[in-house]
Amino acid sequence: MAEPATATQAAAPAVPQLKDELDIVIPTIRNLDFLEMWRPFFQPYHLIIVQDGDPSKTIKVPDGFDYELYNRNDINRILGPKASCISFKDSACRCFGYMVSKKKYIFTIDDDCFVAKDPSGKAINALEQHIKNLLSPSTPFFFNTLYDPFRDCADFVRGYPFSLREGVPTVVSHGLWLNIPDYDAPTQLVKPLERNTRFVDAVLTIPKGTLFPMCGMNLAFDRELIGPAMYFGLMGDGQPIGRYDDMWAGWCTKVICDHLGLGVKTGLPYIYHSKASNPFVNLRKEYKGIFWQEEIIPFFQQTVLPKDCTTVQKCYIELAKQVKEKLSKVDPYFDKLAEAMVTWIEAWDELNPTGSSVTNGKAK
Amino acid sequence: MSLAIKDDEVDIVIGALRSDLTTFMNEWRPMFSRFHVIIVKDPDLKEELKIPEGFNLDVYGKPDIDQVVGSSTSILFSGYSCRYFGYLVSRKKYIISVDDDCLPARDPKGFLVDAVAQHISNLTNPATPFFFNTLYDPYAEGADFVRGYPFSLRGGVKCALSCGLWLNLADHDAPTQALKARQRNSRYVDAVMTVPARSLIPISGINIAFEREAVGPALVPALRLAGEGKCRWETMEDIWSGLCVKIVCDHLGLGVKTGLPYIWRTDRGDPIASLKKEWEGVKLMEEVIPFFQSVRLPREA
Repeated sequence: MAEPATATQAAAPAVPQLKDELDIVIPTIRNLDFLEMWRPFFQPYHLIIVQDGDPSKTIKVPDGFDYELYNRNDINRILGPKASCISFKDSACRCFGYMVSKKKYIFTIDDDCFVAKDPSGKAINALEQHIKNLLSPSTPFFFNTLYDPFRDCADFVRGYPFSLREGVPTVVSHGLWLNIPDYDAPTQLVKPLERNTRFVDAVLTIPKGTLFPMCGMNLAFDRELIGPAMYFGLMGDGQPIGRYDDMWAGWCTKVICDHLGLGVKTGLPYIYHSKASNPFVNLRKEYKGIFWQEEIIPFFQQTVLPKDCTTVQKCYIELAKQVKEKLSKVDPYFDKLAEAMVTWIEAWDELNPTGSSVTNGKAK
Repeated sequence: MSLAIKDDEVDIVIGALRSDLTTFMNEWRPMFSRFHVIIVKDPDLKEELKIPEGFNLDVYGKPDIDQVVGSSTSILFSGYSCRYFGYLVSRKKYIISVDDDCLPARDPKGFLVDAVAQHISNLTNPATPFFFNTLYDPYAEGADFVRGYPFSLRGGVKCALSCGLWLNLADHDAPTQALKARQRNSRYVDAVMTVPARSLIPISGINIAFEREAVGPALVPALRLAGEGKCRWETMEDIWSGLCVKIVCDHLGLGVKTGLPYIWRTDRGDPIASLKKEWEGVKLMEEVIPFFQSVRLPREA
């Protein structure tokens, strides 16, 4: 039976890595009590809190954290008409936090995720593991059967081509969850009691050409190298779909990473996910997505980005064009989404002017 | 929904590169005893094989190999490649094969791992090569497909090959092992996963299982290094045939799994001495990989 850690005090690292280069983005609608448990690991870092829902509510942030907080009024004020691309009444609004950050790395976590324990009972510093994942290369061109060869006490196996052993930069680190697993509504309805108790001690690179469902609950990425691709779409209030925000960002991101020769890792670290959302509510949100997914996946699997797309922004605009061309026939929602994708890039470039013309990747 | 594999559909094939198999067979007895075992003796091995009683087995040696394939072709089956002869003569649907220097491993709780049962479970449950499941094997106990996994892909495809891993002496190449002489693999990763379609993977022959009827013909020891020797570091035959199998599986829509089960691999040989012999294989891989990455099989195949 998985349980969250209680004694995190002793486990904080002596020197918090990247403390001036990483922002922690947290979307919230109620309170941030969960930060108390994370304090030893998070306190050295700057937080960006994106308050969803009613902007007149005050979100209480525990003392001692250095943070900036944005509510809907702030988002409208900062982006003006472009604020239309940021979801309302959905945790997808977190991507606003990515846009306003000035740091190289982002770690995002949900407010119902706590510190997990590894099999020896030790508290897991999820942030530290994400940083390790991002700071070591990925190996998307050939699968290593012993998983991440850059971890302690691991290496490449016999037969792994030497010319591929240098790897490529890792831009996404996708962590997992003990206790309440990230299931869709139908699965939650069929298996309401299932809990994830299996601790899989591995980090691995998702191979080039392979898509995966990216969950935004426990995620870190290199904002400089892939940030513009992390748009969490149009969800929530006034939208026909929900709970596909991170999925959408993940598919776009993976296609772009494959094109630019960047790596995506999944596996450790685990967090302890404590809240199971209401599966009936989830079903309503996901309903259309379950059907649309069947068209969306082949779209992403077959998408080809032209060679002249050498920056993430160019890749993303091209993707938006293709979404409009090929997915509008599935539902007019995709027309709106394609436009929002372009608005997102425009807003990103406006808020991040110096980075926009830099080639942040090489087209393969 | 998994298939049920009957005991008489399985052959366990062991390539014997050393003569005294007493400890090996006795340690594996709880896992092997239900099944038919084929032992193929390395044709270059001079001594008589010592095998304990109580197994349902067939032993093949040089004379049998010569008789079936002719003495000029029999060179194909020397050293570690002798087990391929076992694949050739088997009449069963599934084959499970481990190197003769491997023993059952223990899991983190201290229980002996039944590698045979785990391989069978891997082969009977579907594989999911077209989309990556972040919780690994969705058919495992206590696991499932995650949110965002397309429903039309949840039926999976048949799993044709199951590649296990190694505790203690992992399957590193000679340069790596020579460099990290004391490194031993003690990390038990409790997962089975499907290798995604179009991803290449070095398939180690040390601990594998496969559906002979589906992919047997692709597992041929075609690549022999000039100086191929009697240490694993000096072979590439399994890597070569593994690449062929993966391409074939991708083309035919079959799955390949990797991960559990672990076996315990014992130390043998000197990686530095092997370095001299394996170097040719390492160079060859560099040329061979781009070929495999771009090869396309015609529809009719």
